[in-house]
Amino acid sequence: MAAEGKAIDALSQFELAPFLGTIGESVRFSQSNAHMLLVFGLITALMIWGTAKRAIIPGRIQALAESSYEFVHELVVGQIGHEGKRYFPFVFSLFMFILFGNLLGLLPYAFTFTSHIAVTFALAMLVIVVVTIVALAIHGLHFFSYFFPEGAPKLLAPLIIPIEIISYLSRPVSLSVRLFANMVAGHVMLKVFASFVVMIGSAGALGFLGATLPLAVNVVLIGFELLVACLQAYVFAILTSIYLHDAVHLH
Amino acid sequence: MNERDGFEQRLREARTRQGLDKPSEGGKQGLPPGPMGIGFRVGVELVSALVVGIGIGLLLDRWLGTKPWLFLLFFVAGSAAGILNVYRLFNPRSGRKI
Repeated sequence: MAAEGKAIDALSQFELAPFLGTIGESVRFSQSNAHMLLVFGLITALMIWGTAKRAIIPGRIQALAESSYEFVHELVVGQIGHEGKRYFPFVFSLFMFILFGNLLGLLPYAFTFTSHIAVTFALAMLVIVVVTIVALAIHGLHFFSYFFPEGAPKLLAPLIIPIEIISYLSRPVSLSVRLFANMVAGHVMLKVFASFVVMIGSAGALGFLGATLPLAVNVVLIGFELLVACLQAYVFAILTSIYLHDAVHLH
Repeated sequence: MNERDGFEQRLREARTRQGLDKPSEGGKQGLPPGPMGIGFRVGVELVSALVVGIGIGLLLDRWLGTKPWLFLLFFVAGSAAGILNVYRLFNPRSGRKI
């Protein structure tokens, strides 16, 4: 799998495969979709299980559920303000979906669906469509003044407005590319160094000794990837709430 | 649990939480700093604005049949939008912290 022949095959881990053989093939259900369903189930289980007991002194599951809830709640209220509370379910779902997807992808044999630009771009488009609808619903047509800063000379309007519109439209692109690139880069690096372990390790006793070096790198990389997985979910959530802040307050 | 202790304080906290009192400023979190993160963000912002600009230019060209001109125009506009994005990264619009 890792090093067939002499070539390092770092990208085959991102290939989609039908889930459950012919059943998945006939309904176009890939392992990526299966992992999304699994993440959905895990989050639901965490929240239902975590809030079932409602103990005053929380157990482990309840503490996890509560602290993730409060973390995102603080983030949303801190960024958007108190009007932002109504968008909390949206940001929380996004955050948990991406966080669990990233973390699940680090397990052996698991698939990282956030490493596909199709998935991250769909999420980013969802964010930008929601943000635009929110802005239009709150401010009506006044929303379009967002594209022309107050106090700028009217003469520059044909120059400023296209640039502002492109800047606005580049948000989903940068949002999705950031998550996607981070996940792909991390997993490719892990795979490359894992391939080194196999390739150097198959070169006899001395190679066995030499293989400990890339193995040590991989241990460090796994820790780093855990950080990146949480950080990117956080960045996605905080940028979503920054965009929502702009939509709610406009200027 | 002692219910009476610090009742006023807990009431104040609850009122702030529900948005009845003025929220205290300064509780805002920002994006995690760090040279790697900032560098990566700047790169992504620049490139994504450029890509969107070029995409709009090419689409308009195909639609209106003005082969290279709108592409060139939106290439420049896309670069400008990229610079604007980077500027916004460090000087946000409405006084909020990034």
